[in-house]
Amino acid sequence: MDQFLKSILDNDILVYVVVALLPLVWIVPYALFAVWLERKLAAHMQDRLGPMRTGGWHGWAQSFADILKLMQKEDIVPASADKKLHYLAPYVVFIGSYAAFAAIPFSSGLIGSNINIGLFYVIAVSALVVVGILMAGWSSNNKWSLLGAMRSAAQIVSYEIPTALALLTVVMIAGTLNLQEINQLQTGWFWHWFVFQKFPFPFVAFIIYFVASLAETNRTPFDIPEAESELVAGYHTEYSGMKFALFFLAEYANMFAVSAVASTLFLGGWNSPFGDFLGGPFWGVFWFLSKGMFFVIIQMWLRWTLPRLRVDQLMYVSWKVLTPWAFACIVGVGFWLMM
Amino acid sequence: MKEYFGDIFRSIWTVLVGMKVTFLHLFTPAVTIQYPDVRLKLPERARNRLYVNMDDCIGCFQCDMACPVDCISIETVKALPTDNLGTTSTGQKKRLWVTKFDIDIAKCCYCGLCVPPCPTECIKMTDVYEFSEYSRTNLIYNYSTMTPAEVADAKTKLSAYDKEQATKKAAAATQPAASQVSPAAKPVQAASPSTSEPKKQ
Repeated sequence: MDQFLKSILDNDILVYVVVALLPLVWIVPYALFAVWLERKLAAHMQDRLGPMRTGGWHGWAQSFADILKLMQKEDIVPASADKKLHYLAPYVVFIGSYAAFAAIPFSSGLIGSNINIGLFYVIAVSALVVVGILMAGWSSNNKWSLLGAMRSAAQIVSYEIPTALALLTVVMIAGTLNLQEINQLQTGWFWHWFVFQKFPFPFVAFIIYFVASLAETNRTPFDIPEAESELVAGYHTEYSGMKFALFFLAEYANMFAVSAVASTLFLGGWNSPFGDFLGGPFWGVFWFLSKGMFFVIIQMWLRWTLPRLRVDQLMYVSWKVLTPWAFACIVGVGFWLMM
Repeated sequence: MKEYFGDIFRSIWTVLVGMKVTFLHLFTPAVTIQYPDVRLKLPERARNRLYVNMDDCIGCFQCDMACPVDCISIETVKALPTDNLGTTSTGQKKRLWVTKFDIDIAKCCYCGLCVPPCPTECIKMTDVYEFSEYSRTNLIYNYSTMTPAEVADAKTKLSAYDKEQATKKAAAATQPAASQVSPAAKPVQAASPSTSEPKKQ
């Protein structure tokens, strides 16, 4: 893609800026839409209506009104907060989730950076989020924030392991870490997708990855870092205005990032499910975004279905269930490949 | 070991059951009533904003006395024998000018205790419940139909009449046959304290 841009703009720096800003063109409208969608889904699952008045049709403009309000709000910094860290934390969190989009292939022709360790980069850079969360919790000088941040650190570090192991199952089948190549290996009808290959190992790995990614994005049922009923709002208790909005944006960006990784590795990414039907780079964007949105909607669905886990249950799920089963998948796929 | 696998199976199964429940609720009609657009019909005897029909009010203070939060304040001025205030719809003759009939609806607790004592059934609770205001003073409703000029007029007339009666009485007292006039004059003095009482508040 950068070759194409370089042919239009002959300034290298301008090309990089455009490439860097391109995912934002998707993330910001997506986050606004997803916030609205989540509220509507939550409401209808509870037999309510949700926002109905802003903008006319089913309150479609509610997110725009919210973001307008957040931009106007006073940016309150607690008197005894660690000012520098408090200021920096939301940006670190957002950078952590945004940087992952650099290596995610939106289509065969649309990828920020087609590096050969793409998957490794995505896993590594999204772990940066925990640093930001810990910064936010520590610098707020608030016991609830710190508790939330520590829980979050414990949770994300534990769930990195089943996540990485589940993804390794696919990497063993594909034999590459390059996300674009992984996509090309799944070209064709949907039974070429890795979920349906070497059944049932990648399928189990897919479930493990999905559960673990819920924990990594701090979504319910793994939202103990921001458990409202215990910790006010967890690590972002002391944030207001645009900084709070950045945490929010980062959460939704993260939701899409893990969904994008799931759809790239297991569900064929930008490949059409029906062979050559609606194929090509332009339809690729459509398929990729719809697969991503599908998982985002499932995350929301789970959020309004399941209650929150206890901390010990959370650790049980990670260390005693997901990790051993992920290992089992790796061993199974290993034997399959050897035979 | 059996328990471990059973737990895993049960957790996956119950998650799916839960997801089915929430998915079905996604399509059940919402119970929300979109209030300003859709309004439920109130029960027949709903107690909301008070209304006073001043045509029927005889200024008897029954509602004022019944009110547990003192939100009704009434002032009356006695009418002259020559004034004709008309009758209420229940046929009672009105004998008092109701110069002030204020209800502080912000204080009102909607108990409805003021309604039954009213001898002419002129105070009642309506089904109006949307009357929010930006200033609390706007919630003091003035039901009296008299203008300030009319109130002043009624007061001056009454005091002039009272003076006239007092001089007549004094003149009658000097005469030997005064005993026939005084019983008629006395109820006027007995009634005046009750009319002047609300003015002190």
